[in-house]
Amino acid sequence: MIAVEGLVKRFGDTTVLDGIDLEIADGERIAVIGPSGTGKSTLLRCLNFLDRPEAGRLRIGDLTIDAGSASRADVLAVRRRTAFVFQNYALFANRTARQNITEALVVVHKRSRAEAEARADAILADTGLADKADAYPAALSGGQQQRVGIGRAMALDAELMLFDEPTSALDPEWVGEVLDLMRRVAERRQTMLIVTHEMQFAREIADRVLFMDGGRIVEQGPPERLFDEPRDPRTRAFLRRVG
Amino acid sequence: MRGLDLEYMLGLVPVLLGYVPLTLGMAVAGMALALILGSLLAVERVIRVPVLDPLVMLFISFFRGTPLLVQLFLFYYGLPQVLAFLTQINGVTAAIMGLTLHFAAYMAESIRAAIIGVDRSQWEAAQSIGMTQAQMMRRIILPQAARVAAPTLVNYFIDMIKSTSLAFTLGVTEMMGATQKEAAGSFLYFEAFLVVAILYWIIVEALSQVQKALERRLGRAFAR
Repeated sequence: MIAVEGLVKRFGDTTVLDGIDLEIADGERIAVIGPSGTGKSTLLRCLNFLDRPEAGRLRIGDLTIDAGSASRADVLAVRRRTAFVFQNYALFANRTARQNITEALVVVHKRSRAEAEARADAILADTGLADKADAYPAALSGGQQQRVGIGRAMALDAELMLFDEPTSALDPEWVGEVLDLMRRVAERRQTMLIVTHEMQFAREIADRVLFMDGGRIVEQGPPERLFDEPRDPRTRAFLRRVG
Repeated sequence: MRGLDLEYMLGLVPVLLGYVPLTLGMAVAGMALALILGSLLAVERVIRVPVLDPLVMLFISFFRGTPLLVQLFLFYYGLPQVLAFLTQINGVTAAIMGLTLHFAAYMAESIRAAIIGVDRSQWEAAQSIGMTQAQMMRRIILPQAARVAAPTLVNYFIDMIKSTSLAFTLGVTEMMGATQKEAAGSFLYFEAFLVVAILYWIIVEALSQVQKALERRLGRAFAR
């Protein structure tokens, strides 16, 4: 169970997150949609402390912290309970596909190298990348890199997996394989928070869809309800625009 | 104009080659220490530890802003007068110390620039999986910065090899000091210093080959 209360994030004078309250049940898969610049990515980044919130409370399983005054140890604890999939993949450029997955297991979670490698190889096989285990990111296609990126996040067995527009930077030909992999992660009832512009995908896999605008959650509900009978005029306007 | 005494020059080569280990030894020791110190200084400049930061800037400013020869004299002839425990310091140690501090100051700036140049996504990815700052630097950022900094650092190493010749002013008989003694005995200054110049040149050229191999090795992950 994950709970966010009163999360506030400002960049200078601009309030990007204006008091976000959100509860996420274990195994729940949530899609976050909305116009660009409304704080969707910032919400995800604050939940991983890539951006530091000004205020708010954060509960992830047995860990509760005051986000505004989080210590270095708090930040590491939150990061070790969450996994992040980046829009631009952000694979470690100096590590092979397999090492990208083992890195966190060995260095952060202190697993044995043998155990980490076995896990990495299982994940690479699972994601269809067994033959790319020893390839460096520069030698992989965008779709392959993002599958490794998701694999790296899967290995962490995180209580919450955060996806920040994972297909937005991809050439159209690679979008399908990445969505397929995310679908498989979702089928395992991994708790997921996904910022996406893929409305069809959101409708298909999400248990709940959040519509954000102006740093707030404007409307939320099951995908059929939100997509087919949006109540707020801003939601309606947005959905009309994205077709 | 007189002709070159080739026989003397050829005879001098094996004599001077005997001093190559000391010259290279000082350069390698100085380089290894300067790399460690330079990296520490560079990391500090990037993360800016309060209190430490102005001291690091002062250190870099002083050791970049004063001639190496002055620094060597300061360590070897000057410091023992104020710090009694340094009276035991020998020329080789003082030279290595001077080379280390001097080149660490230069390298710190190159390494800092290379660290800053590592793509932001690499920092964020390392943070996102819960690495500590030290783990992130050691495993992700510095190895990638090394690739960018390598050509410049090899340049500093070349400069360091040549700068070991200044150790002769501290009474160390390394390649330059030995040449000076040989020349003073034979009066064939031109021949003697030409031979030592060529020896330095050959050492540096050989190093350029090592540089190519090093750059290939560091660039391995980035080949498409």
